[in-house]
Amino acid sequence: MQSLWPRVEPLLTQVEKPARYIGGELGAQTPVHSDSSAAWLLIYPDTYEIGLPNQGLQILYEILNEREDAVAERAYAPWVDMEAAMRSVGVPLFSLENHLSARDFDVLAFNLSAELVYTNVLNLIDLAGVPVRVADRTGHHPLVVAGGHCAFNPEPLADFVDCFVLGDGEEAVGEMNAVIAAWKVANGPPAGGTAGDPPDRTGLLRSLAQLDGVYVPSCYEAHYHQETGPAAHAVLPRLAGTSPRFPGIPDRVEKRTIADLGEWPYPRQQLVPLIEVVHDRLNVELFRGCTRGCRFCQAGMITRPVRERPAEQVRTMVMDGLARTGYDEVALTSLSSADYSGIEDTVTSIIDDPSCSGQVSVSLPSLRVDAFTVGTAAQIQRVRRTGLTFAPEGGTWRMRQVINKLIREEDLYAAVDAAFSQGWKRVKLYFLIGLPTETDEDTLGIVALAKQCVAIGKRYHKGVTVTASVGGFVPKVQTPFQWFGQNTIEELTRKVHLLRDAARPVRGLTVRWHDPKATAAEGVVSRGDRRMGAVIEQVWRRGGTFQEWTECFDLSLWTDALAENGMSLEDTVYRHRTEDEALPWDHLSAGLHRDFLWQDWLDALAQHGLPDCRWTPCYDCGACTGFGIEHVVASAVPPAGGSQGTGQDLSTGGQVPVRFLTTVPSGAVPAPGPDEDAVARAGAAAGEGSG
Amino acid sequence: MRIRFRFVKLGKIRFTSQRDVARMWERALRRAELPLAYTEGFSPRPQLSFGLALPTGCESLAEYLDVVLDDARPETAGVVLAELPALLTDLLPEGITVEESALVERRDGSLQQQVTSCSWTMAFTGMSRDALAQRVAALVAADSVTITRERKGRQEEDDLRPSVLALAVAPEPSGEFGPGMGPSVAVVAELACQPRGVRPIELVRGLIAVSGRPAGDGGEDAPTGDGPGAGIPALDRACRTQQWIERDGRREEPLARRGDPAGADRAVHALERAS
Repeated sequence: MQSLWPRVEPLLTQVEKPARYIGGELGAQTPVHSDSSAAWLLIYPDTYEIGLPNQGLQILYEILNEREDAVAERAYAPWVDMEAAMRSVGVPLFSLENHLSARDFDVLAFNLSAELVYTNVLNLIDLAGVPVRVADRTGHHPLVVAGGHCAFNPEPLADFVDCFVLGDGEEAVGEMNAVIAAWKVANGPPAGGTAGDPPDRTGLLRSLAQLDGVYVPSCYEAHYHQETGPAAHAVLPRLAGTSPRFPGIPDRVEKRTIADLGEWPYPRQQLVPLIEVVHDRLNVELFRGCTRGCRFCQAGMITRPVRERPAEQVRTMVMDGLARTGYDEVALTSLSSADYSGIEDTVTSIIDDPSCSGQVSVSLPSLRVDAFTVGTAAQIQRVRRTGLTFAPEGGTWRMRQVINKLIREEDLYAAVDAAFSQGWKRVKLYFLIGLPTETDEDTLGIVALAKQCVAIGKRYHKGVTVTASVGGFVPKVQTPFQWFGQNTIEELTRKVHLLRDAARPVRGLTVRWHDPKATAAEGVVSRGDRRMGAVIEQVWRRGGTFQEWTECFDLSLWTDALAENGMSLEDTVYRHRTEDEALPWDHLSAGLHRDFLWQDWLDALAQHGLPDCRWTPCYDCGACTGFGIEHVVASAVPPAGGSQGTGQDLSTGGQVPVRFLTTVPSGAVPAPGPDEDAVARAGAAAGEGSG
Repeated sequence: MRIRFRFVKLGKIRFTSQRDVARMWERALRRAELPLAYTEGFSPRPQLSFGLALPTGCESLAEYLDVVLDDARPETAGVVLAELPALLTDLLPEGITVEESALVERRDGSLQQQVTSCSWTMAFTGMSRDALAQRVAALVAADSVTITRERKGRQEEDDLRPSVLALAVAPEPSGEFGPGMGPSVAVVAELACQPRGVRPIELVRGLIAVSGRPAGDGGEDAPTGDGPGAGIPALDRACRTQQWIERDGRREEPLARRGDPAGADRAVHALERAS
């Protein structure tokens, strides 16, 4: 085991952002490897700047390095210039801590946060000097494992990844490590071994397959219908099901769920990079899971139930983290941070702490769309007030009922009014197009909403800007929309043009959109089955890495690979799935009953909203009952001001308690006269609503 | 109260940019709980001013930073200057060492305005000492040396020669650099910072240009045809050893080097003054 640094160093004068490859972050560890501990290389398959802040990877990094029988180092995808430099002189993928070759590790563990990075996963396995296909590996090669949200449909990577972990990794990673370390002690290190016959890794994979939440694709077989007739030539046979190949392998793999977030106060030593990265700030996770029930949102569906971190622990992690890192910004993260019980008290106690001396900024990503939330944001974001982002997602109330994002127009306008009146001058709105049942009226509703937001802003400032950021919807597995046929590239492009033309005359409104071609490629892998592996491999072999980067993305790589493997966008992406169709992820469970998801899909088509079960009776989605746990929330009543699921009349949007906080930050324009009425009215309504 | 620090940047950390170093300092100063003065407005930032930007990839024995403390805060009076270098070195990443701190007058002007030239040691690989000496002599003897340099995204022709205040082959392999040095030969140079700063890579282009070869992008990497040991200068490492302020006809560093009066001019004493 030898440091590759002397060979890496000369390459760094030839590449952009060389500090991506030097390590040395505050919080980085210097693990000492041994024959009795399993060595993990934790890999984020995208650039350093995107990957470093990933909290999941950092949590596992600490948990593994705390163990006696494990060491963990990190690697990120080298940018194309560095990869070319490395390949030209034969430098393999290396770790940042000790600059060791990836082959010196027993496990290559990938974080899968997005589908378009799959070709990077293959590229990194190859750059590590490991055969990309599971079938070509021996006991002399590291195990290739993967986890993260995309692991809920692992089938497109089944040929390349030895095992997947579903759900929370905190406990599972330790159990896997124990199995791997024991195998290493018994068989000698696989890492970099070349001498003699390689030990058989079948037993190791079988043992891993018996751990809860661990899915080993090679222990399962996918069956296909024998189709006859004209259809047999048009498309590949449909999947019939996926079943274990061996006794003792579970029929169905259930995800892992940690019951108490308070037992896992990680990361304790968040990494502070030397160069600027995305989300460059302290991050403290408020809670995991979300039961708002937005039907397009995979994260909300697969991370249930809601588990809050105790408020005192949040405070301690924030204060210790700020003192340790020197950051002046902390983000309180979750899927909907304003829903945290006692969010106001928590943030107030942070910003009022004398050690913050008025210079610490608190941010709440994933703002809920209502005035209350903006009030909280105004109070805590005392410094560096630039733009505020809301995500109404749908352009009309009808559309938002379909997707169960039950924000009324009034909610949005009150939120935007609050934002502009309290000093913000830029508002960004996130929308999706290509949602189920969408009409042109729904699409154009996006511009109507945004236009009204500009008009509200002009009451307060000259030169306000509203940006409508429009993404094409990709149906995700383990959501009610998993049966929906995605809009075609042509249809999404037509809708983008509708929006662009409608927005053109509106001064102060900018529409930005995601490339519909990239949306289609994401759809290819999102719901693909095992046979999609051949497509991914071909795209990679033809140079298609960094496909989520505009400068590297190439749709023709994907359509060519589909065609050459007997597949098409029509069949794999645009086609609606039927209730009786076997889905490639049916043998994997995020805790949600299939009949719950199907019923929710029917409800969506009927435009029925579904309230948040945190504060209303259970409708048995399966996430709690299946694991014998419950939502862990400190408050039995809905958060003040919350507009969704708070018992209002869902057919109209009903009464929504809106309350403006009176705090006006220094330098902000005080709310003009008419709003004082709004404060009074809203105050009364809040009294009603929270009772 | 304005405090000036001198620090070194050596080793792996040289691959970070000037902007990255600024952010490292901001975090370290906050962790040290110094009573920093902040700028006014919606986006208050600590009042820090760095001197001339060090190009990414270069090392330095002579980086400077001015930090303003908030005189309105009672803690400011209690700050012990002599303790700061060790305290901050602990809080900064490996490779950055704070060597000196002193009070400076606000009316002295910014480092950016004051510094007139910098001394550099630059190590080359792939060429003999004699070949390097020939090029150095040719450059020193030339009346003008035209190179291309990038300015606001455009390539411009420029005369390098007036900005090369001193240039000589270093007497022996120097110990300026951080770990990882291979075999190399070096020059020491003093390069003017005004009207605009000359970067080490531009001096390399000048050394290539004086042999009659076309200078410019990629020229440094062109294979050599000049016979054994001649070579095209390939820059391995560059280290800024001093920054100079010209004041009333005297040259001095932004912070005097205590107890090291000889060392203060260690690069220059080896130089033949070329201008």
